[in-house]
Amino acid sequence: MDLLAVWLGKLTLAALRLLGRRGNALPGLVVEKVVPGFLARAMARLPEGVVVVTGTNGKTTTTKMVATLLGRRYRVLTNDTGSNFVRGTITATVERAGWTGRLPYDIAVFELDEAWAVRFVAAVPPRRALLLNVMRDQLDRFGEIDTTARLLGKVAAATTGHVVLNRDDERVAALASETRAQVSYYGVVPELRPAFPTDEELYGGEITVAQQPAVVELTRLPSRTEPRIGLRINSTAVDVTLRAEGPHNAQNAAGAAALALTCGLTENEIAAGLELVSPAFGRGQRFDVDGRNVVLQLVKNPAGFRQTLHTLDDATADVAVVVINDDYADGRDVSWLWDVDFSALPRAVAQVRTSGTRAADMAVRLRYDDVPVIAVEPDPEKAVRQAVESVPAGGQVVVFSTYTAMWALHAVLQRIGSAT
Amino acid sequence: MTITLVHLYPREMNIYGDTGNVVVLRRRLEWRHRDVRVVPVSVGDPIPTDADIVLGGGGQDAAQGEIGADFARRGPELRAMADDGVVMLAICGSYQMLGHEFVTQDGHRIAGVGVLDVTTHGEAERLIGNNWVDTPDAGRLVGYENHSGLTELGPGVRPLGTTEPGRGNNGRDRTEGAVRDNVIGTYLHGPVLAKSPRFADDLLRRALRRRGADDELEPLDDALAEQAAKVAVTRPR
Repeated sequence: MDLLAVWLGKLTLAALRLLGRRGNALPGLVVEKVVPGFLARAMARLPEGVVVVTGTNGKTTTTKMVATLLGRRYRVLTNDTGSNFVRGTITATVERAGWTGRLPYDIAVFELDEAWAVRFVAAVPPRRALLLNVMRDQLDRFGEIDTTARLLGKVAAATTGHVVLNRDDERVAALASETRAQVSYYGVVPELRPAFPTDEELYGGEITVAQQPAVVELTRLPSRTEPRIGLRINSTAVDVTLRAEGPHNAQNAAGAAALALTCGLTENEIAAGLELVSPAFGRGQRFDVDGRNVVLQLVKNPAGFRQTLHTLDDATADVAVVVINDDYADGRDVSWLWDVDFSALPRAVAQVRTSGTRAADMAVRLRYDDVPVIAVEPDPEKAVRQAVESVPAGGQVVVFSTYTAMWALHAVLQRIGSAT
Repeated sequence: MTITLVHLYPREMNIYGDTGNVVVLRRRLEWRHRDVRVVPVSVGDPIPTDADIVLGGGGQDAAQGEIGADFARRGPELRAMADDGVVMLAICGSYQMLGHEFVTQDGHRIAGVGVLDVTTHGEAERLIGNNWVDTPDAGRLVGYENHSGLTELGPGVRPLGTTEPGRGNNGRDRTEGAVRDNVIGTYLHGPVLAKSPRFADDLLRRALRRRGADDELEPLDDALAEQAAKVAVTRPR
């Protein structure tokens, strides 16, 4: 039966490729329908089991960090295609399995969307889980933040071996009581806490410093004089050059390091491994287009948008293009744009353009923060081309984009430019 | 003369960008060179006696529990303010709490302050999606609704406007929101004032008139807001 699943999945994938389609969901969906139980059986054969990474922000980059770190010890199966529903993990599994049905891996590291993580763990109890944060995001799907926290609680409860929690997000830290697995925490030093506000703190709550001891602590953020981040791993201090920019990725690195400790990696292996991680899809990826530098930044929710705006603090751009789509995967509700403060944007970029189905909404939002918008172009490809053409050689264009537009823009930039 | 905007529970009752309503009203006064101050009011804080406009947003169910007692204590004060013509815009959870009571799904009764003659009961199914409301006074309001409470209007209020079946106050009678004097409740997030500039100015004029001030507001360029509203009503729910 499972050989059938692998063949079915692989053939569906091949058919999609022939049609020139991405299709990371369909093969998994087909296998799920025709051979239920395939995933659970395949995962049960992995000697080190499954690591689930979930939370509101940072899933993709953190998963990439964990997979890279564990790759120094194990053969790692991961869903690095960006499909974080259960079907995405099935697609990754059949794609990497041999035609004989053999799965030549020791451990799986899967990013899962908060709601799908619950379905996943019901079928496949993970050996390890890394729970990142709970922020307001896609409330049209999840209802409320407390509901999201309860979803993560179910993941913690189903985990058999070790749960790694962000002690600086009180909703996440509280999940220690939901699990019988071993628990360890990661965090940032108290001096850095204000740079990592939780959802409450973003909306006016006081910054609190957690008391749980952390196995990995972020001790220093990069600056002009010291571009490396500082981590304390157990009792060893290490300096790491991260290729994924922004304070949030420094925090994600601490989480990935804490998870790697549960697999027995050493402090030095972790420090060296983190330096190998390149930015994940649309998370600070850079392209050269006719000598212009274009950076893609995925934005999905207020906390994430705020974090990516912080990556501009040190890097002034000539043009920012803000692309807001409202398809299902983006979230239909664009109210969240009002929870982001854009008033500092004119100091970091010379010109701002808006795009996407909600280009006009975004322009209205910026106007109320006194950010002049020079063009409202709903077509993302046109908007980005116009932005690139408007800057001189050597110029910087930063593109903030929601999920669905990011796929199109990524393809366009690969066609008209080259990844740097 | 300074217009005082009171923002109720900015921390607990702001889950869907409703703070944007405060930003919109403040900026639209500033752009007209009118003096304005914003006063956040949290649990235990006094409401300024010279409040002109009171704004409240939607919250999580748990937050509504936390502030419920504080809100209930303010009942007599809020009713007196409403009688005095203070402008209030209450969204979602704040709208529900301005009513008589909220009956949760499991029959638990949470008392409101009775400023609006409405009653709400919780349902398992949420009404979620893009929505618009056609109003007699301010034209079409455009926003986004996301609520599990269904609200029934009593004779002491009139609906803010009409919407389509399956939406609005209760999904059944095509009404959306409730109005009494200068008090307006609605389920529209968005935030509603961002894409409904006529409605925003209507609220400002009500507040200015009440203070006996010049209620003539210079026109602003709202072409982008109108464009955004036109797009929003064409999008899937």
